[in-house]
Amino acid sequence: MAPLSAIPLNHYLALSAILFSIGVIGVLTRRNAIIVFMCVELMLNSVNLTLVAFSAFLGQITGQILVFFVMAVAAAEAAVGLAIIIAIFRNKQTVNIDEINLMKW
Amino acid sequence: MQTENVFFYIVAAFAVISAIMMITRPNPVKSVLFLIVNFFCLSVLYLLLRAQFIAVVQIIVYAGAIMVLFLFVIMLLNLEDDRSFVERGNYRKFVALFLAGGIVFEILSSFMFSEGAGSGAVSQEMSDLGTVESIGKALFTTYLFPFELTSMLLLAAMVGVVVLAKKRAE
Repeated sequence: MAPLSAIPLNHYLALSAILFSIGVIGVLTRRNAIIVFMCVELMLNSVNLTLVAFSAFLGQITGQILVFFVMAVAAAEAAVGLAIIIAIFRNKQTVNIDEINLMKW
Repeated sequence: MQTENVFFYIVAAFAVISAIMMITRPNPVKSVLFLIVNFFCLSVLYLLLRAQFIAVVQIIVYAGAIMVLFLFVIMLLNLEDDRSFVERGNYRKFVALFLAGGIVFEILSSFMFSEGAGSGAVSQEMSDLGTVESIGKALFTTYLFPFELTSMLLLAAMVGVVVLAKKRAE
Protein backbone atom coordinates (compact mmCIF):
# COMPACT_ATOMS: atom_id res chain seq x y z
CA MET A 1 0.00 0.00 0.00
CA ALA A 2 1.22 3.47 -0.82
CA PRO A 3 1.55 5.94 2.03
CA LEU A 4 -1.74 7.62 2.84
CA SER A 5 -0.52 11.12 2.25
CA ALA A 6 2.70 12.41 0.78
CA ILE A 7 1.94 16.04 1.50
CA PRO A 8 4.35 17.38 4.11
CA LEU A 9 3.03 19.03 7.25
CA ASN A 10 4.75 22.27 6.24
CA HIS A 11 2.35 22.81 3.37
CA TYR A 12 -0.70 22.51 5.59
CA LEU A 13 0.84 24.98 8.04
CA ALA A 14 1.71 27.41 5.23
CA LEU A 15 -1.84 27.26 3.83
CA SER A 16 -3.21 27.82 7.30
CA ALA A 17 -0.94 30.85 7.84
CA ILE A 18 -2.02 32.36 4.51
CA LEU A 19 -5.73 31.89 5.28
CA PHE A 20 -5.22 33.38 8.75
CA SER A 21 -3.54 36.47 7.29
CA ILE A 22 -6.32 36.93 4.75
CA GLY A 23 -8.69 36.90 7.71
CA VAL A 24 -6.53 39.52 9.45
CA ILE A 25 -6.63 41.75 6.35
CA GLY A 26 -10.40 41.43 6.25
CA VAL A 27 -10.83 42.29 9.94
CA LEU A 28 -8.59 45.35 9.61
CA THR A 29 -10.03 46.76 6.37
CA ARG A 30 -13.73 45.97 6.17
CA ARG A 31 -16.29 48.31 7.76
CA ASN A 32 -19.32 46.04 7.73
CA ALA A 33 -19.50 44.38 11.17
CA ILE A 34 -20.98 41.17 9.74
CA ILE A 35 -18.10 40.77 7.29
CA VAL A 36 -15.64 41.39 10.13
CA PHE A 37 -17.37 38.50 11.94
CA MET A 38 -17.00 36.31 8.87
CA CYS A 39 -13.29 37.09 8.73
CA VAL A 40 -13.00 35.99 12.36
CA GLU A 41 -14.67 32.72 11.35
CA LEU A 42 -12.11 32.36 8.56
CA MET A 43 -9.28 32.79 11.09
CA LEU A 44 -10.85 30.20 13.41
CA ASN A 45 -11.04 27.80 10.49
CA SER A 46 -7.41 28.26 9.55
CA VAL A 47 -6.44 27.42 13.14
CA ASN A 48 -8.69 24.34 12.93
CA LEU A 49 -6.77 23.25 9.84
CA THR A 50 -3.50 23.52 11.79
CA LEU A 51 -4.95 21.44 14.63
CA VAL A 52 -6.24 18.70 12.32
CA ALA A 53 -2.94 18.62 10.41
CA PHE A 54 -0.94 18.22 13.62
CA SER A 55 -3.43 15.62 14.86
CA ALA A 56 -2.97 13.54 11.70
CA PHE A 57 0.79 13.89 11.61
CA LEU A 58 1.36 13.12 15.29
CA GLY A 59 -1.21 10.32 15.42
CA GLN A 60 -2.97 11.93 18.39
CA ILE A 61 -6.73 12.43 18.46
CA THR A 62 -6.55 15.42 20.84
CA GLY A 63 -6.27 17.93 18.02
CA GLN A 64 -9.52 16.78 16.42
CA ILE A 65 -11.32 16.88 19.78
CA LEU A 66 -10.11 20.47 20.19
CA VAL A 67 -11.44 21.31 16.71
CA PHE A 68 -14.81 19.91 17.79
CA PHE A 69 -14.85 22.27 20.79
CA VAL A 70 -13.68 25.22 18.69
CA MET A 71 -16.63 24.60 16.35
CA ALA A 72 -19.07 24.54 19.29
CA VAL A 73 -17.64 27.79 20.67
CA ALA A 74 -17.69 29.35 17.18
CA ALA A 75 -21.36 28.48 16.80
CA ALA A 76 -22.17 30.11 20.15
CA GLU A 77 -20.01 33.11 19.31
CA ALA A 78 -21.65 33.62 15.92
CA ALA A 79 -25.15 33.44 17.42
CA VAL A 80 -24.38 35.93 20.21
CA GLY A 81 -22.43 38.24 17.90
CA LEU A 82 -25.20 38.38 15.33
CA ALA A 83 -27.74 39.06 18.08
CA ILE A 84 -25.58 41.98 19.24
CA ILE A 85 -25.36 43.26 15.65
CA ILE A 86 -29.16 43.09 15.33
CA ALA A 87 -29.54 45.00 18.61
CA ILE A 88 -27.08 47.68 17.41
CA PHE A 89 -28.83 47.92 14.05
CA ARG A 90 -32.14 48.43 15.83
CA ASN A 91 -30.69 51.36 17.79
CA LYS A 92 -28.42 53.04 15.23
CA GLN A 93 -29.75 51.84 11.83
CA THR A 94 -26.21 50.88 10.72
CA VAL A 95 -23.66 48.09 11.09
CA ASN A 96 -20.76 50.26 9.91
CA ILE A 97 -18.10 49.90 12.60
CA ASP A 98 -16.82 53.45 11.93
CA GLU A 99 -20.16 54.83 13.10
CA ILE A 100 -20.48 52.57 16.12
CA ASN A 101 -18.25 54.47 18.53
CA LEU A 102 -20.53 54.53 21.53
CA MET A 103 -17.90 53.06 23.83
CA LYS A 104 -15.12 55.37 22.65
CA TRP A 105 -14.06 57.93 25.25
CA MET B 1 0.11 9.44 -4.06
CA GLN B 2 1.01 11.80 -6.87
CA THR B 3 -2.62 12.51 -7.71
CA GLU B 4 -3.29 13.25 -4.07
CA ASN B 5 -0.49 15.84 -4.06
CA VAL B 6 -1.91 17.55 -7.14
CA PHE B 7 -5.37 17.41 -5.60
CA PHE B 8 -4.09 19.07 -2.42
CA TYR B 9 -2.57 22.01 -4.29
CA ILE B 10 -5.69 22.52 -6.40
CA VAL B 11 -7.94 22.54 -3.32
CA ALA B 12 -5.51 24.79 -1.43
CA ALA B 13 -5.48 27.26 -4.33
CA PHE B 14 -9.29 27.23 -4.36
CA ALA B 15 -9.33 27.90 -0.62
CA VAL B 16 -6.96 30.88 -0.89
CA ILE B 17 -8.77 32.35 -3.92
CA SER B 18 -12.19 32.03 -2.29
CA ALA B 19 -10.85 33.64 0.90
CA ILE B 20 -9.44 36.58 -1.09
CA MET B 21 -12.72 36.93 -2.99
CA MET B 22 -14.54 36.82 0.34
CA ILE B 23 -12.71 39.83 1.80
CA THR B 24 -12.81 41.90 -1.41
CA ARG B 25 -16.45 41.64 -2.52
CA PRO B 26 -18.50 44.76 -1.65
CA ASN B 27 -21.76 42.78 -1.56
CA PRO B 28 -22.08 40.92 1.80
CA VAL B 29 -24.15 38.11 0.28
CA LYS B 30 -21.36 37.30 -2.19
CA SER B 31 -18.90 37.33 0.71
CA VAL B 32 -20.99 34.72 2.51
CA LEU B 33 -21.16 32.52 -0.58
CA PHE B 34 -17.38 32.67 -1.11
CA LEU B 35 -16.84 31.84 2.57
CA ILE B 36 -19.01 28.74 2.09
CA VAL B 37 -16.79 27.74 -0.86
CA ASN B 38 -13.81 28.19 1.46
CA PHE B 39 -15.41 25.97 4.10
CA PHE B 40 -16.02 23.21 1.55
CA CYS B 41 -12.36 23.41 0.49
CA LEU B 42 -11.28 23.05 4.12
CA SER B 43 -13.62 20.08 4.48
CA VAL B 44 -11.90 18.39 1.53
CA LEU B 45 -8.53 19.07 3.18
CA TYR B 46 -9.79 17.43 6.39
CA LEU B 47 -10.74 14.38 4.31
CA LEU B 48 -7.21 14.33 2.87
CA LEU B 49 -5.96 14.28 6.46
CA ARG B 50 -8.30 11.34 7.25
CA ALA B 51 -10.43 13.37 9.65
CA GLN B 52 -13.80 12.15 8.36
CA PHE B 53 -15.86 13.22 11.35
CA ILE B 54 -14.42 16.75 11.40
CA ALA B 55 -14.97 17.05 7.63
CA VAL B 56 -18.66 16.15 7.95
CA VAL B 57 -19.16 18.40 10.98
CA GLN B 58 -17.45 21.23 9.08
CA ILE B 59 -20.09 21.03 6.35
CA ILE B 60 -23.07 20.48 8.66
CA VAL B 61 -22.19 23.03 11.36
CA TYR B 62 -20.21 25.68 9.49
CA ALA B 63 -21.49 25.62 5.93
CA GLY B 64 -24.94 24.53 7.05
CA ALA B 65 -25.86 26.19 10.32
CA ILE B 66 -23.52 29.13 10.92
CA MET B 67 -23.45 30.48 7.36
CA VAL B 68 -27.24 30.21 7.02
CA LEU B 69 -27.43 32.33 10.18
CA PHE B 70 -25.10 34.93 8.62
CA LEU B 71 -27.03 34.94 5.35
CA PHE B 72 -30.30 35.26 7.23
CA VAL B 73 -29.08 38.27 9.25
CA ILE B 74 -27.65 39.98 6.15
CA MET B 75 -30.93 39.59 4.28
CA LEU B 76 -32.90 40.66 7.36
CA LEU B 77 -30.90 43.89 7.74
CA ASN B 78 -30.95 44.72 4.01
CA LEU B 79 -27.47 46.28 4.01
CA GLU B 80 -25.95 48.51 1.37
CA ASP B 81 -22.66 47.54 -0.28
CA ASP B 82 -19.48 48.02 1.72
CA ARG B 83 -16.88 49.48 -0.63
CA SER B 84 -14.15 49.82 1.98
CA PHE B 85 -11.80 47.41 0.23
CA VAL B 86 -12.14 48.63 -3.36
CA GLU B 87 -12.22 52.40 -2.78
CA ARG B 88 -9.14 54.56 -3.31
CA GLY B 89 -7.27 56.34 -0.55
CA ASN B 90 -8.13 53.81 2.13
CA TYR B 91 -4.85 53.86 4.04
CA ARG B 92 -6.01 51.09 6.38
CA LYS B 93 -5.73 48.64 3.50
CA PHE B 94 -1.97 49.16 3.27
CA VAL B 95 -1.49 48.95 7.03
CA ALA B 96 -3.48 45.70 7.03
CA LEU B 97 -1.49 44.25 4.10
CA PHE B 98 1.77 45.15 5.86
CA LEU B 99 0.68 43.56 9.14
CA ALA B 100 -0.67 40.43 7.44
CA GLY B 101 2.53 40.09 5.41
CA GLY B 102 4.46 40.28 8.67
CA ILE B 103 2.32 37.53 10.19
CA VAL B 104 2.79 35.25 7.17
CA PHE B 105 6.54 35.83 7.15
CA GLU B 106 6.79 35.19 10.87
CA ILE B 107 4.78 31.94 10.78
CA LEU B 108 6.49 30.63 7.63
CA SER B 109 9.96 31.47 8.91
CA SER B 110 9.24 29.55 12.10
CA PHE B 111 9.19 26.25 10.23
CA MET B 112 10.49 26.83 6.70
CA PHE B 113 14.05 27.63 7.78
CA SER B 114 14.45 24.79 10.26
CA GLU B 115 15.97 21.60 8.90
CA GLY B 116 13.68 18.61 8.45
CA ALA B 117 10.92 19.91 10.66
CA GLY B 118 7.43 18.89 9.65
CA SER B 119 8.40 17.19 6.41
CA GLY B 120 7.09 13.77 7.45
CA ALA B 121 3.98 12.18 6.01
CA VAL B 122 0.95 10.51 7.57
CA SER B 123 1.64 6.90 8.47
CA GLN B 124 -0.70 4.03 7.69
CA GLU B 125 -1.88 2.98 11.13
CA MET B 126 -3.43 6.40 11.74
CA SER B 127 -6.06 6.00 9.04
CA ASP B 128 -8.84 5.25 11.55
CA LEU B 129 -7.94 8.16 13.82
CA GLY B 130 -10.66 10.53 12.66
CA THR B 131 -13.61 8.14 12.46
CA VAL B 132 -16.83 8.79 14.37
CA GLU B 133 -16.06 5.77 16.53
CA SER B 134 -12.67 6.90 17.82
CA ILE B 135 -13.77 10.54 18.28
CA GLY B 136 -16.90 9.42 20.11
CA LYS B 137 -14.85 7.17 22.40
CA ALA B 138 -12.50 10.02 23.28
CA LEU B 139 -15.35 12.51 23.73
CA PHE B 140 -17.35 10.32 26.09
CA THR B 141 -14.45 9.06 28.20
CA THR B 142 -11.44 11.35 28.46
CA TYR B 143 -13.16 14.57 27.43
CA LEU B 144 -16.58 13.99 29.02
CA PHE B 145 -16.40 17.01 31.33
CA PRO B 146 -15.46 19.56 28.60
CA PHE B 147 -18.18 18.00 26.44
CA GLU B 148 -20.80 18.66 29.12
CA LEU B 149 -19.42 22.16 29.65
CA THR B 150 -19.90 22.79 25.92
CA SER B 151 -23.58 21.93 26.23
CA MET B 152 -23.84 24.44 29.09
CA LEU B 153 -22.10 27.04 26.91
CA LEU B 154 -24.55 26.47 24.06
CA LEU B 155 -27.48 26.76 26.48
CA ALA B 156 -26.10 30.03 27.87
CA ALA B 157 -25.56 31.35 24.32
CA MET B 158 -29.13 30.41 23.40
CA VAL B 159 -30.58 32.27 26.39
CA GLY B 160 -28.29 35.24 25.73
CA VAL B 161 -29.34 35.46 22.08
CA VAL B 162 -33.02 35.44 22.99
CA VAL B 163 -32.47 38.22 25.55
CA LEU B 164 -30.32 40.32 23.20
CA ALA B 165 -32.49 40.05 20.10
CA LYS B 166 -35.78 40.50 21.93
CA LYS B 167 -37.66 43.70 21.31
CA ARG B 168 -37.55 46.02 24.32
CA ALA B 169 -40.92 46.40 26.04
CA GLU B 170 -41.76 50.09 25.92
